[in-house]
Amino acid sequence: MRYSAVQLIRQGLAGHTGWSPAWRTPELARGYDAVVIGGGAHGLAAAYYLRKIHKVKRVAVLERSWIGGGNTGRNTTIVRSNYFFPESAALYDFSLRLYEGLSEELNYNIMLSQRGVLNLAHSEHDMELMCRSVNAMLLNGIDVELLSAAQIRREVQTLNFERDARYPIFGGFMQRRGGVARHDAVAWGYARAASDLGVDIVQGCEVTGFLRDGDRITGVETSLGPISAGVTGMSVAGHSGVLAGLAGFRLPITSYALQAMVSEPIKPILNTVVMSTATGMYVSQSDKGELVFGQGLDLYPSYAQRGNLPVAQTIVASMLEMFPSFRRLKLLRQWAGVVDVCWDYSPIIGPAPVDGLFMNCGWGTGGFKGSPVGGWTLAHLMAKGDHHVLSRPFDLGRFTSGRLVDEAAGAGIAH
Amino acid sequence: MTGRRLSEGGLIDRARPVGFTWQGRSLSGYAGDSLASALLANGVRVVGRSFKYHRPRGIFAAGVEEPNAILDVTVGATHDPNARATLVELREGMAARAISGWPSVGVDVFQALDLLHRFIPAGFYYKTFMPGWERFEPAIRQMAGLGTARITPDPRRFETRHAEVDVLVVGGGAAGLAAARAAVASNVSVMLVDENPVGPLQWSGGVIDGMPAADWAEEAVKGVAVLSRATAFAYQDHNTVAVMERRADAAEGWAADRLWSVKARQVVLATGAIERPLVFPLNDRPGVMLASAVHRYLAQYGVLVGAEVVIVANNDTAYGTAAALLAAGAKVTIADVRPDPGPVAALVAGARIYPASTVIGTGGPFGIIYADIGPVDATRSDQLTARVPCDIVATSGGWTPSVHLFSQSGGKLRWDDGASAFLPGAGRQSQHVAGALAGANDLASCLMSGHEAGRNAAAALREAGKRAPRLTVPRAEAAPVATPLRPYWFVPIAGARQWLDFQNDVTVADVGLAAAENFQSVEHLKRYTTLGMATDQGKTSNVNGLAVMAGLTGRGIGEAGTTTFRPPYAPVSLGALAGQRHGSLYAPLRQLPAHAEHRALFAEMREYGGWERPAFYPQFREDPPRTIAREAAMVRTEAGLFDGSSLGKIEVQGPDAAAFLNLMYYNEVANLKPGRLRYVLLLRESGIVLDDGVVARLAEDRYLLSPSSSHTAGVLAMLEQWHQTEYPAMQVSFHDVTAAWATFAVCGPRVGDILAKVETDISLATLPHMGIASGTIMGVPGRIARVSFTGERSYELSVPAGYGPALWRHLLAQGAAPYGIESLSVLRAEKGYILIGTDTDGLTLPEDLGMSGPLRAKKVDFVGRRSLATPDALRADRRQFVGLLPDDPGFVPAVGTHAAMMVDGVRRSLGWITTSAHSPATGRSICLGMIEGGRARIGQSVSLFDRGRVSRATICSPVFHDAAGDKLHG
Amino acid sequence: MLSIPCPFCGPRGEHEFQWGGEPVTRPVPASEVSDARWANYLYLRTNTKGRDRELWCHAGGCGQWFTMERDTMTHEVFESAQISLGRIGA
Repeated sequence: MRYSAVQLIRQGLAGHTGWSPAWRTPELARGYDAVVIGGGAHGLAAAYYLRKIHKVKRVAVLERSWIGGGNTGRNTTIVRSNYFFPESAALYDFSLRLYEGLSEELNYNIMLSQRGVLNLAHSEHDMELMCRSVNAMLLNGIDVELLSAAQIRREVQTLNFERDARYPIFGGFMQRRGGVARHDAVAWGYARAASDLGVDIVQGCEVTGFLRDGDRITGVETSLGPISAGVTGMSVAGHSGVLAGLAGFRLPITSYALQAMVSEPIKPILNTVVMSTATGMYVSQSDKGELVFGQGLDLYPSYAQRGNLPVAQTIVASMLEMFPSFRRLKLLRQWAGVVDVCWDYSPIIGPAPVDGLFMNCGWGTGGFKGSPVGGWTLAHLMAKGDHHVLSRPFDLGRFTSGRLVDEAAGAGIAH
Repeated sequence: MTGRRLSEGGLIDRARPVGFTWQGRSLSGYAGDSLASALLANGVRVVGRSFKYHRPRGIFAAGVEEPNAILDVTVGATHDPNARATLVELREGMAARAISGWPSVGVDVFQALDLLHRFIPAGFYYKTFMPGWERFEPAIRQMAGLGTARITPDPRRFETRHAEVDVLVVGGGAAGLAAARAAVASNVSVMLVDENPVGPLQWSGGVIDGMPAADWAEEAVKGVAVLSRATAFAYQDHNTVAVMERRADAAEGWAADRLWSVKARQVVLATGAIERPLVFPLNDRPGVMLASAVHRYLAQYGVLVGAEVVIVANNDTAYGTAAALLAAGAKVTIADVRPDPGPVAALVAGARIYPASTVIGTGGPFGIIYADIGPVDATRSDQLTARVPCDIVATSGGWTPSVHLFSQSGGKLRWDDGASAFLPGAGRQSQHVAGALAGANDLASCLMSGHEAGRNAAAALREAGKRAPRLTVPRAEAAPVATPLRPYWFVPIAGARQWLDFQNDVTVADVGLAAAENFQSVEHLKRYTTLGMATDQGKTSNVNGLAVMAGLTGRGIGEAGTTTFRPPYAPVSLGALAGQRHGSLYAPLRQLPAHAEHRALFAEMREYGGWERPAFYPQFREDPPRTIAREAAMVRTEAGLFDGSSLGKIEVQGPDAAAFLNLMYYNEVANLKPGRLRYVLLLRESGIVLDDGVVARLAEDRYLLSPSSSHTAGVLAMLEQWHQTEYPAMQVSFHDVTAAWATFAVCGPRVGDILAKVETDISLATLPHMGIASGTIMGVPGRIARVSFTGERSYELSVPAGYGPALWRHLLAQGAAPYGIESLSVLRAEKGYILIGTDTDGLTLPEDLGMSGPLRAKKVDFVGRRSLATPDALRADRRQFVGLLPDDPGFVPAVGTHAAMMVDGVRRSLGWITTSAHSPATGRSICLGMIEGGRARIGQSVSLFDRGRVSRATICSPVFHDAAGDKLHG
Repeated sequence: MLSIPCPFCGPRGEHEFQWGGEPVTRPVPASEVSDARWANYLYLRTNTKGRDRELWCHAGGCGQWFTMERDTMTHEVFESAQISLGRIGA
């Protein structure tokens, strides 16, 4: 069923009795050509592209709980491609370009709002690092602007422009194509489009082990029984280490809780996404009016999807340092997702150390913006058995060769 | 205009009127009123508009669960754009306004949206606006949002507090009080927090242990630390409960909201229950209220919210409301969905009861003028039994225990069919549940379960063998035998609009749509329909919505489950969460011993790595570039004075000091002679350069390290970690003495003249370059090191920090010209000295800096050594530290400019400029940078790229001045 | 807020402590270790979901490193222990 304004009116007149399920609830088959573990935006995108681009016939997505319920539904919905290194820029900008066409491609409004992502500089040194980054991005083909404090003042009046602020604003840089998108809609849009192409989306199906033929993985053990697979892919942010353990290897990943929170909704007061280089805090205002904000990781590894109070207080203090007038607002909701963080804060996309399994993991705090490209490259790997040009630098092998893709190290940008 | 104040009753003080305004109109309430009760007493009915359809909304509840009465409230300098009127205590001069409705909340042109409601069901925005979202979004954003936040500064002060107690009781109702009373009897420390200004027993009536409940309540908390107006909003790990204390009356300058972090050995949760409404057609009109709220407005505030009240209920508790209304003179009609209400009917003689009935419709402009009562199985709106004139419909669909904190603590919930509610199941922390939270439904059973919980909490703390003190269970009169609640989730009339979530306009039909479209998981339901995402977080709507979904999908409610309970329980002040961490206290800066001296010289003070340091010392009407050039030139031609006190000083002592440091540093330090210094690099285990600095050997078993100012703490932590976890048997210890010393560098051709006037027993004539000696300076213990960051002959004088200002003034008086960090940066750039974090980044290896000599000479397996032999570390095309000379000697490229070359018609980065300056010594622009394969490119010309502007430069050695170092050794 | 039992100071609030990672054994002599083994040591972690032994430092207190067992799901902490003169993780 195609979605459109006309369809809404037609269904409205008919009392909304004619809508079909956004995605089917399928009969689980015992075997598939390709099985994707993880029904987040990455996994659903991978399944969609496996069918759509690679014409793989029988594709399933196995989701332990409900689709889009992991980090897809817990992030602060920021999309951007303002990356320093050419390999990162290529990856994230491809993702952003997919985002730019996604509502129409999926026939589902993901509410991409390219309202700009502004990174603040708080010292001359920050400005110099930003100049380095901006030039790198321009050479990478990413359109960004270095802004003076005066220019920023015209765009975001609510910021703390006091000269004696703890973190005075010296300037910043803006990617205008960056912004936010509705996170749930990305998962649901991919799910609906994939389901329409015949992908089986199985909720409530937990992978508990792997089927093997010799050294090769040939499927998965699940809470609903064994399922054989021609090829298996995993996209399980927050559980990559656990799945790797089941498959018999370890990853250069540590899992942490990453908090996010929203204020009570207020009338529009902040039109761009703002990030502070000094504190790592980021904030935007949702269409509903809530200020959505977060900062760094909790201080110790955790698989609990909750954040602790001391870090929450730091996040709030950091936000208020940038926007002092927001002190009178109230916190509505605070939560956390479990993020799988690699040593270089870049993802791992590529073959696993065991045959028959491909990984798309380790996106750390930045997975949402990479959802389309994560799915795209995982689908490519699963269909072709080899890297897409975009994913090759993100192979697990970089940790042995030493060729890490460390954005924060290279550019000093808060991740 | 139906609500009115009764002439007696309630906890308000009729002798103390309180003036306030609503929509600019002057009204009056009494001390003890909430804003909501004062509005109701003044007959105010419509207080807001719903989020989506802009339908009129009235006050619905009396407590934290209120979904509708979100108002803009100003008192003095305090402004709350989203105040919940039920929680706001009325204050003289308070100005309250509706946050929605144009031109007014009563007449809102956007109500036209309600006419289109059938075309904008749940999630309609996912199905349209593609393409074109960017055109619609701004208008939709403008329509959304609640209040309008001011962008002026908020003058209030906030603070945070910590408390440790034996027993924390959350909730000041009967159960909480009984628990606190029982616990404190065991001589343990007990804290009780409650979100209300006064506890419910103060107004609910009743008799406990033979005395009025209000008096018993006073007795019960003797010896208990009570915090009222304090909402426990988060139950965290290790029995830590976060509490927000509202202090609306705090005078200016004193703490307003206050955040408490309470660590309790045992927690008693007596968080009560919130009434949930029955759902029926057009149940969103102003005048539909929770039955318990109607009761509370009457009992606590002396406000009769309506003269003619229809009560629709499925349980006994609403009959108490009915009895109170009848006693206050209201006309009451009851629709009870149960076939027979049973004994409780005896409480409401004088009220007409319609059994097996519900409200199947309401009517009236701006509120309610009648309710249609019909059978519970009505499928058409014309199946009414009676049309009853009324101005209030009070609704009671049972009680939803406030399991939020219990669930946050890791406790599991279970659906209880009898209570028709999620109740606490197995807990995970040291906690006890009591009262309505645990399913108790009358005063006697609340007291009993509270008493038990309090005793159990105390018992868990008691030493084995010690006996509990004797204490009787508080007793109250038992309620009449209850007739069980009958679950009833909505009226089966097709097409009728029945609201679940009033703020977000979510209806039963929306849940039906979600079910049909496979958004059947409770989390999908919430996210797709926005049910429970309003600022009340679904306190009155979630269970109804879940029940509807469970019914539609053929599941039990327990099987369908509930969404996650996240902090905060109710919205809490952001200002108080930050507390004192604001402004200069957010991350305090360190100041130099001679801070005042720098300020007296009008130094431009900036932050460098957590220290406030002089960037430069501008003279009158001098711009920064000119100042920097002047200071740099002074150092080269005369003598400069630099405050290096923030430079780290870590003393390392012990018989194994030399061996240990040799395992840490990239350079050989064990063969350093006492009295000598060496420039060294410190690596991470990954091979990356963490820091540079100078190591001094003071004695055989004693070293002094000088890490960069911003890295001192990190270097100390690294040494401790390696010592304690990898080489614990080595005898060595570390001590950060940075703050103990003031250190000033004097340098330049005239340094000898200056130091000649410094009284010291240290022989400067015999002190070699890279030497250090101890002695006295101006009569106090001191050290002098001969080391240079400028390329000029330079001496660092260190004295105890307290003498720093005096020594600074003395050196200044001898004619040394002060120079700041920015000027130093030019001087060191001329010499090609790196600045960590400026010229290096998180990818730089020592070899990239051209320092491979130490590696070849050194045998020890120092930190990071193995990582220097990975394939990537050995690549020939790594970025290397070089100099660049712009073709135009007058042009200083910005730091961050890239060097680039064309590859296949595309400009590709070769690296970047890390430092640039106009060099006074060479009279031209100079740059340092990290360039791919840079050392092999020396002599080559490259193009420079800065935001579209292209120029050219030649790659060269990074040393621009005195390459032989004659000035240092002379 | 976790309460962490420092083996030297007793229980203290988590803000005084710093998490220090999984105990790993440094392969020696490092110069004879393969790239793969060195990468294992530097980067690969078990990242246990559940109870595990970790390194912690009482950075805002006595400054001592110690090991502690903690559950990464529930954040419950168990016994902590001083580091012996032997090597960590061995």
